[in-house]
Amino acid sequence: MLSNENNNKKLYYQERTIVSPGDLIAEGAFQIPWSPYIYKIENKYYSSVVGIFEPKENRFEVIPLKGSFYYPKIGDTVIGLVEDIETYGWIVDIKAPYSAYLPGSSLLGRSVNIGEDIRKYIDVGDYVIAKVENFDRTIDPILSVKGKGLGRIIHGNIIDIMPVKIPRVIGKNKSMMEVLTTETGCEMLVAQNGRVWANCPSKEMEDILIFSIDKIEHESHIKGLTDRIKNFIQEKKGELGVTESKA
Amino acid sequence: MSQNQKPKLILENGLRTDGRKPDELRPMKMEIGVLKNADGSSIIEVGNTKIIAAVYGPKEIHPRHLALPGRATIRVRYHMMPFSTDERKSPSPSRREIEISKVIREALESSILVEQFPRSSIDVFMEVIQADAGTRLASLMAASLAVVDAGIPVKDIIAAVAVGKADGVIVLDLNEPEDMWGEADLPVAMMPSINQVNLIQMNGNLTPEEFKQAIDLASRGIQTIYNMEKETLKSKYIEFKEES
Repeated sequence: MLSNENNNKKLYYQERTIVSPGDLIAEGAFQIPWSPYIYKIENKYYSSVVGIFEPKENRFEVIPLKGSFYYPKIGDTVIGLVEDIETYGWIVDIKAPYSAYLPGSSLLGRSVNIGEDIRKYIDVGDYVIAKVENFDRTIDPILSVKGKGLGRIIHGNIIDIMPVKIPRVIGKNKSMMEVLTTETGCEMLVAQNGRVWANCPSKEMEDILIFSIDKIEHESHIKGLTDRIKNFIQEKKGELGVTESKA
Repeated sequence: MSQNQKPKLILENGLRTDGRKPDELRPMKMEIGVLKNADGSSIIEVGNTKIIAAVYGPKEIHPRHLALPGRATIRVRYHMMPFSTDERKSPSPSRREIEISKVIREALESSILVEQFPRSSIDVFMEVIQADAGTRLASLMAASLAVVDAGIPVKDIIAAVAVGKADGVIVLDLNEPEDMWGEADLPVAMMPSINQVNLIQMNGNLTPEEFKQAIDLASRGIQTIYNMEKETLKSKYIEFKEES
């Protein structure tokens, strides 16, 4: 165990250690932003999930390794699946504990006329790219499709992953996304709620992308992920190249 | 256990009916992530007791009127399979199972950070595959591991063990004959690192001194189990690390 002693501040774990709930991770007067993954009693900090401990100068954080739900945040871009249609809007599943509402006026730019069938704009089963416009502890999330690149998805594919792994698919300074898009030639949009939209030049590339994202999801806690993914894609492309020339 | 007469619980050599010392735990096995469809799951074996647990959520609550404005609602079902006992058990929830579900729910509620998910529900299911004393505590531990496996934030993992008195001796981790014929049964569940008790019940009689001694013995047993639970949670990821 490593302890950094200055001003009674102590960190009990080294960088990138796997911590489990109840592990005492730090002690002392830290100025850290509120996190659902850290639990504080007096001046002792405990982890509340299985995750990776990540100290940063005067702060620290716990990055969770599991979590199949998304907790909405205002301003996040999400990909929603339309579940139901109401008179003036749509009920959208965004993988959160609450179902989101997309008002018709947000799409049409005017209020919905009485008797108008909004099914012809967006139907059940469609995916939409939207922004979380409003949400707090007391209300269900309200979505908006006003803005560039938002609205119903008409082509491409959706890949579902664990929402806690989204930062890994993006990578530091979008490094992972860069690798994925340049290596496979796919267009990608990574939404905060654990859905990835991809539009690929070929079926093979799409498969490679799906395999890669799956690999990221399962191996996100191992060092050197970006390089490994890069090699993995090149390997897969090589394999495909061989099979293609044989056929 | 179809015996009608009380057997000898502590043998001449000071060992118990299953050959354990009075302060010895039963062999334990646990695993997480055993079910694909559930958000979190676990299976746990304590001696012959075998429990499987599954967790769904946090998710939207139905029916809506059960939603609580300030925190998540936790719904718990403890159930024994018809073949879990030596005589077939009716699959319909008995009075005992309903009560144990409530007891486990209350113990779990004190460990899950329920305030983080207002108006939602967390559903926990436990099935006793094989019953051989200590099912409520094994179920509670299985549920706690499954909740952690689902990525739901908790204060601490719950570790639990029963202590009791058999033939005048304070014994750790009761087995079926001791549970049935012993003088006292005291199940204890704790969150060891923050030193809080989740569940404590008692059946039978103990003097204040014996009670203190029993709690002491339980907390030692709990520490061993707790370390094992942490090992289970972490080992899943360490495996991968060695591969690369």
